[in-house]
Amino acid sequence: MSPTLIDLSYLVAAVLFILGLKGMTRPKTAVRGNLYGALGMLIAVVATLVNQEVVGYSLILAGVIVGSLIGAYIAITVKMEGMPEMVALLNGLGGAGSILVAGAEFWRQVDEQGIDARIATALSGIIGAVTLSGSLLAFVKLAEYKFVRALKPLDGQQFYNAILGGFLLLMTLTMVFNPNQLVFWAIVFVAFILGYMLTIPIGGADMPVVIALLNSYSGLAAAATGFVLENNVLIIAGSLVGASGLILTKVMCDAMNRSLLAVLFGTVGPKDDGPSADEVYKTVKATSAEEVAMMLEVASRVVIVPGYGMAVAQAQHAVRDLTNLLLSRDIVVEFGIHPVAGRMPGHMNVLLAEADISYDLLKEMDEINSTMEQTDVCLVIGANDTVNPDARNNPNSPIAGMPIVNADKARTCVVIKRSLSPGYAQIPNPLFAAENALMLFADGKQAVVDIINALKEG
Amino acid sequence: MFLLAEDLTTKAADPDTSSAFVEAAKSHPFVAGLTVFALAVFVGFEIITKIPPTLHTPLMSGSNAISGITLVGAVLAAGAHNHDIASYLGFLAVVLATINVVGGFLVTHRMLQKFQR
Repeated sequence: MSPTLIDLSYLVAAVLFILGLKGMTRPKTAVRGNLYGALGMLIAVVATLVNQEVVGYSLILAGVIVGSLIGAYIAITVKMEGMPEMVALLNGLGGAGSILVAGAEFWRQVDEQGIDARIATALSGIIGAVTLSGSLLAFVKLAEYKFVRALKPLDGQQFYNAILGGFLLLMTLTMVFNPNQLVFWAIVFVAFILGYMLTIPIGGADMPVVIALLNSYSGLAAAATGFVLENNVLIIAGSLVGASGLILTKVMCDAMNRSLLAVLFGTVGPKDDGPSADEVYKTVKATSAEEVAMMLEVASRVVIVPGYGMAVAQAQHAVRDLTNLLLSRDIVVEFGIHPVAGRMPGHMNVLLAEADISYDLLKEMDEINSTMEQTDVCLVIGANDTVNPDARNNPNSPIAGMPIVNADKARTCVVIKRSLSPGYAQIPNPLFAAENALMLFADGKQAVVDIINALKEG
Repeated sequence: MFLLAEDLTTKAADPDTSSAFVEAAKSHPFVAGLTVFALAVFVGFEIITKIPPTLHTPLMSGSNAISGITLVGAVLAAGAHNHDIASYLGFLAVVLATINVVGGFLVTHRMLQKFQR
């Protein structure tokens, strides 16, 4: 096939990627959008196979078979609860692929590459390696491997990061004037450490931001590799992903009322000189599953606000049973989903969809807040900072200004939580002690099952 | 100025240097790439302006699969005629990028199936 036809096929692939991503922004067209993306990828790969430079097919075939088997296996077997880890891991593999491609091209063309290709090679190595180590760390953090707890940020982290950054700049310059294999792999090594250092201080509620940002990086790494190969389809696909990842990152940051820089460099908000936890929790009232069941029985409108605790307790199936039971008794049930609830963008939606809860019931924060005053019972399951009214009421709170789900405005608010331990922001939550709030101290799943049983008996 | 213009006309008349002009008028591949990059970023921002939270995760995993486009580069590296270190780097890249592509599109499809109901 002539180079022109190959380029035209790449153009078709790029158009399919654009249509695919556009489709992914609407529930009705999302499935088709994803298929467009896959079709675009197929076209791009097949067009590459007939490129005259490609003469040996054994390595390609072996690689594609091995990769497809592994990819299909993990995609089919992964549980919906494991989705954040899965996304993190796949991001990292994309980054690693970009490093290797840039490295292979550099190995072959080291003497023929111009200055621009050398810089692009260095950038591929840097972005790819930061994506790889950042994603691997995010993966082990999300999968909650025990050894992760031993990993702590160093004192004066910013200083070391600046030194690593300086190193990378120097080595990139070396790549321009004296390109050699050692420098390239040294760049990859240093960037790998930098990716680790940048990700290690970030955890908990900031995790969705990191995942979205790494998603963006994986695209940029592919785009940088596109510059190395002077290949437009890599540049286009890579920059599309870079842009979409950046938009998600911004959505996540806005949902926490924090700037991207503050998340990345761990700057904390205004200090809270407010009352201590003991002071705040003086008026906490505990309740029982039976009492909650009685309240639900006479309610006409119930809102459920899930948080990361629901994912940990794997309570989504029990929550579905409760939802169906309430719906069968003509009680209106809706879910209020905070954009950063969970460990990745859209985490709660995925979990609830997995439990077969119709997405018509899942409402965005603004929509649910406008109906909160007409809500009889608000059930908060495993959420904390995302329902903390201090964000609205206390300008000195570290989370001041963060948009929250106004669970406190419901007539009665029941909080299912194992203890009064603080959330990721490490601050007490006045909601738990509010006059209209009751605490149900229990494991999320067990508590919901108990409520269901009480409802059925009562 | 006049001198320069005169210079240009004489040069353009000369068949040997005129091809050099054509060369110069073609944009540098790096600049052409940068143009494509900048435009594609804007297209990306434009098509994904408002995205419902339900689709945050599928958009991430789906776009992640698209970033596996590096597979194209991996195929080029693994398929070159000489079996050297670069082709083995290419092979490894093919494996990783294929996991990225196949795993990404499949898991996104699986997730979206659940949203269909």
